[in-house]
Amino acid sequence: MHAPVVTTGRDLRLDLFRGIALWLIFLDHIPSNLVAWGTLRNYGFSDATEIFVFVSGYTAAFVYGKEMRERGFIIAGARILRRTWQIYVAHVFLFAIYLAEISYVATSFENPLYAEEMNILDFLKQPDVTIIQALLLKFKPSNMDVLPLYIILLLLFPPTLWLLLFRSTLALGASVLLYVLTWEFNWNMPSYPSGHWYFNPFAWQLLFVFGAWCALGGAQRLATVLRSPVTVSIAIAYLLFAFVISLTWYIPGMGQYVPHWLEEVIYPIDKVNLDVLRFAHFLALAVVTVRFIPRDWPFLKSRWAWPAIVCGQHSLEIFCLGVFLSFAAHFAMVEVSGAFWMQLLVSAVGILIMIAAAGLIRWYKLAEGRSPGSRSMKSPDADLAGGEA
Amino acid sequence: MKTLAASALAVLAFALCLLSGASVAAEPCEVPSYLWFGATELKHVAEAVKKDKKLTIAVVGTGSSILAGPDGPPSAYPARLEAALKQKLPSVAVKVVTLVRTRMTAADLAQGMEKLLVDEKPNLVIWQTGTLDAIRRIEPDDFRTALDEGVETLHRGGADVILMNMQYSPRTDIMIGLGPYADNMRVVAQQHEVPLFDRLNIMRHWSDTGAFDLYAAGKDNVLAHRVHDCIGRSIASMIIDAAHLKPADFKAGQ
Repeated sequence: MHAPVVTTGRDLRLDLFRGIALWLIFLDHIPSNLVAWGTLRNYGFSDATEIFVFVSGYTAAFVYGKEMRERGFIIAGARILRRTWQIYVAHVFLFAIYLAEISYVATSFENPLYAEEMNILDFLKQPDVTIIQALLLKFKPSNMDVLPLYIILLLLFPPTLWLLLFRSTLALGASVLLYVLTWEFNWNMPSYPSGHWYFNPFAWQLLFVFGAWCALGGAQRLATVLRSPVTVSIAIAYLLFAFVISLTWYIPGMGQYVPHWLEEVIYPIDKVNLDVLRFAHFLALAVVTVRFIPRDWPFLKSRWAWPAIVCGQHSLEIFCLGVFLSFAAHFAMVEVSGAFWMQLLVSAVGILIMIAAAGLIRWYKLAEGRSPGSRSMKSPDADLAGGEA
Repeated sequence: MKTLAASALAVLAFALCLLSGASVAAEPCEVPSYLWFGATELKHVAEAVKKDKKLTIAVVGTGSSILAGPDGPPSAYPARLEAALKQKLPSVAVKVVTLVRTRMTAADLAQGMEKLLVDEKPNLVIWQTGTLDAIRRIEPDDFRTALDEGVETLHRGGADVILMNMQYSPRTDIMIGLGPYADNMRVVAQQHEVPLFDRLNIMRHWSDTGAFDLYAAGKDNVLAHRVHDCIGRSIASMIIDAAHLKPADFKAGQ
């Protein structure tokens, strides 16, 4: 299953970190999982979602940007929209699995202690409304917010990409402006039955567009700034600060050492609207990563990096699989045991299944690419990430 | 399978006890000290108890503050809290009133606080909320605003407040995203310096230590009654602790 990793022009660091982000998202989605204590979100402000959105923006621009330059707006735009449709279908598929699990819970679980929690089943009483609202992406069950965000971002990506290609500074400026205005005027998209999107697309687009901007030459422009010792020291200092603050969430008694004025300034750290502290935390992580992990790091081509990279290169499939596996892991913990050994087991088995599935998808692609009469492998990168952007 | 494993463990534990000859003090309601967030003082409670020998507590909440069935009300945690306080403070006239309305969000409950102050004149309000907000995925900002307003109203009306968050429910916790709501309750509790009864983590602790099998399915009332009894007793300890009361000062006949 150890298929060779395609390397031409592609920054494998992105695939590596997106693969790791997918594992972390899976672990974070299993409730009551002690293994999730090892994930990024417990040691700073940002979490795996930031990495996922940034890398997705980066790879989308890398793949479709090339296509748009070579084959024009219409062809590239059409391919982006086809990709959007695939993600929509994937989201609906996950919703069906969610319905299956929740319906099972509805019929099997009657503990009087949890009468109130059973209100979660209210929406099953109105399947007409709920399912239509789900198809409209307004009803989004818990843990199923990322794909709708991705759908909106990709839907609007053709014009964004065009602007990024030909007026990159303007495009980034517009993205920042939209982010600022969103904070100023509280813009968000409505949800059903109440509230707004958990990942506000007007705010999170900043990370996606920033990723795309970096892919299209922004990273080179920032290179001197990124490598300057001043930037790196500020980044490290900020990561330490975030680490210390995050400790106060879990170690009781430490909270009293945080000055009141500082609490006023930093809290609440808003995930919905991609709080600027989270964005900065992601930037700091990126600066440190770029500084200490070179693009030609030998590890990236070793067999130990392969599992994460292959997952990162098939992110849509592996993301969806991860959401499904987190449901399955939870189911196993409820039905068999919630003990720590079980948490370890479902976490490890889940990641192994993700790796095996990614390896299998890779194998299919290689097999199809080699067989006569299939689509040519003229641009293996585009094909690779065209499935992945 | 789970119950089988649990009973096997129980047998093993029992055997170990016999072997070692030690009697393990089973204290299912034990709450580790790191879960007592908020070292704040319940001034109004302290005053009412010390001066008037009277304590009126109102429990405002939703479905998880009651239990169904004929033996539900006396077994639910508000009644257990009253019993525990009466036992610990025999010379104090303790009254716990329950104002539970099912399917209410924090904002709905906050609106009723003014009336509650007038009707019941409580010294302390235990405000249980968050579950329905999480189920309906109410905007976390709106949730926090509702908590803020409710707590401010109660403070202005001269009542102490204890916030109580959601239950730990392992079977549904993948479907209900409690995180942002629990975080907001902690932030509001810190900002207003009111104690938070962290029911979520306390019940999780009880589940982790094996005190209760919260994964159990079926219409077993015994588990619900035992859990509510523990919650009632734990809140009683929290109140006595946070109001700096010494039970020895309030023995019967004093």
